[in-house]
Amino acid sequence: MWICEKICVLIMIEIKSLNKKFGKLQILKDVSVSCKKGECIALIGPNGCGKTTLIKSFLGMVIPDSGSVEFEGKSVLGEFQYRDRIGYMPQIGRYPDNMTIGQVIEMIKEIRQSDETLDKDLYEAFKIEELSDKKMRTLSGGTTQKVSATLAFMFNPDVLILDEPTAGLDPLASELLKEKIIKEKEKGKLILITSHLLSELDDLITEIIFMQEGNIHFHKTVEQLKAETGEQKISKAIAYVLKNNQKPNEP
Amino acid sequence: MNKIVKIIFLDILKNKIVLAYMLMLAVLSWSSFALEDNTAKGLLTILNVILFTVPLVSVLFATIYIYNSTEFIELLLSQPVKRKKIWVGLFTGLSLSLVIAFLLGSGIPLLIYSADSVGFMMIVVGCLISVVFAALAFLSSILTRDKAKGIGISIMLWLYFALIFDGIVLFLLFQLSDYPIENAMVGLTALSPIDLARIQILLHLDVSAMMGYTGAIFRDFFGTTMGLVASFLLLCLWAFIPFMISLKKFKKKDL
Repeated sequence: MWICEKICVLIMIEIKSLNKKFGKLQILKDVSVSCKKGECIALIGPNGCGKTTLIKSFLGMVIPDSGSVEFEGKSVLGEFQYRDRIGYMPQIGRYPDNMTIGQVIEMIKEIRQSDETLDKDLYEAFKIEELSDKKMRTLSGGTTQKVSATLAFMFNPDVLILDEPTAGLDPLASELLKEKIIKEKEKGKLILITSHLLSELDDLITEIIFMQEGNIHFHKTVEQLKAETGEQKISKAIAYVLKNNQKPNEP
Repeated sequence: MNKIVKIIFLDILKNKIVLAYMLMLAVLSWSSFALEDNTAKGLLTILNVILFTVPLVSVLFATIYIYNSTEFIELLLSQPVKRKKIWVGLFTGLSLSLVIAFLLGSGIPLLIYSADSVGFMMIVVGCLISVVFAALAFLSSILTRDKAKGIGISIMLWLYFALIFDGIVLFLLFQLSDYPIENAMVGLTALSPIDLARIQILLHLDVSAMMGYTGAIFRDFFGTTMGLVASFLLLCLWAFIPFMISLKKFKKKDL
């Protein structure tokens, strides 16, 4: 009994046999994943393999054709309150063109109405204050990413979902973001990152989910993967898995 | 809900197009009353404004505004906000600003020059028509992701209701003039919000005598309190049904 409760509390995101089609294209094929509290998971895979769709169906932005998505044991279908505990940083942040950075942040604050003190670490680190009068339309891709990251971390969410967080950020900013991710990870939050820059993930993650053509290819802890492949770096371990996997297909 | 309505409303105010629309309505209304010595003639001019420009501006502005709010909708969806709330908030904010623009632009001169049942009727009908065409804009913009296509559908809807529908009615009237179709005609008007509005006001303007026998049938139906209530309910349905369909689709939309 006690063990069951313990496990139930630990599992935060539970996705069961999820299917999603866009037109004729089947993006997600019977995907099942479960993510526990305190994990830092890298979701990797080639372009168009369904990573973003998987994330968006957890956020309720994409409605799945079949299967279930649960957050702490409750289905998220038609729900909205659970998003209070999620910080989402989109791959391409799209914001209303004629709002300034300050207005966007104010608006989200008003909508969230969080009583907790705001986490202003990134707000200060990225010096958003100085930019707050700039219109969203005039921002560069990197600055938009900074705003997205600031918003994702601002409300002390229990789950952080970062879709390509470091793409477009300058080396200094991406280092700051990485430090922040590590800090949050140590607080025991569930962090889900998608990225193509495997070398950047080395000191961050504890688990890897590898997706391919809408399927989960494998879901392993980093230690397990390193032990199985005998490599020390994640990027090399993945390359090793991919090479060995393709062999049977060759003539 | 109120937060989203407030954000949308303030954003539309900043946009200034609705302000320009309000000024245009004011200029048209004031001048049509000032130029005509007969209030009834002035009312007829304003009636044409209500039946052509108000639907056109409402449907086009609303459609373009919804497409431009895609980012805003996406941003809100990743926050703890109900989908329904976003869509209803957007609709309320948009309709509210269009209605207020109409009230300030045409409503004031109408109340000053024609403070009777006709003037009052015209204000109510103008507000309802604004909301109806905003709802149609929501429907056409949810039907397709393509902005040009969505705006095209909106323009087609306007053309259909403002011009083509009348043509069809006239055509039927002439072709079937040997048959007793007057009652069917009353039913037919329910299929177009603009016609509902037009007949409603024409009957109150005492020009229905010019509409011949059909006019008399219309008077029999729409002239009664029952008919009045029925036609207002129909106008409300014209706003409610398209919006509910769009809401149902929005709830299932992938973003």
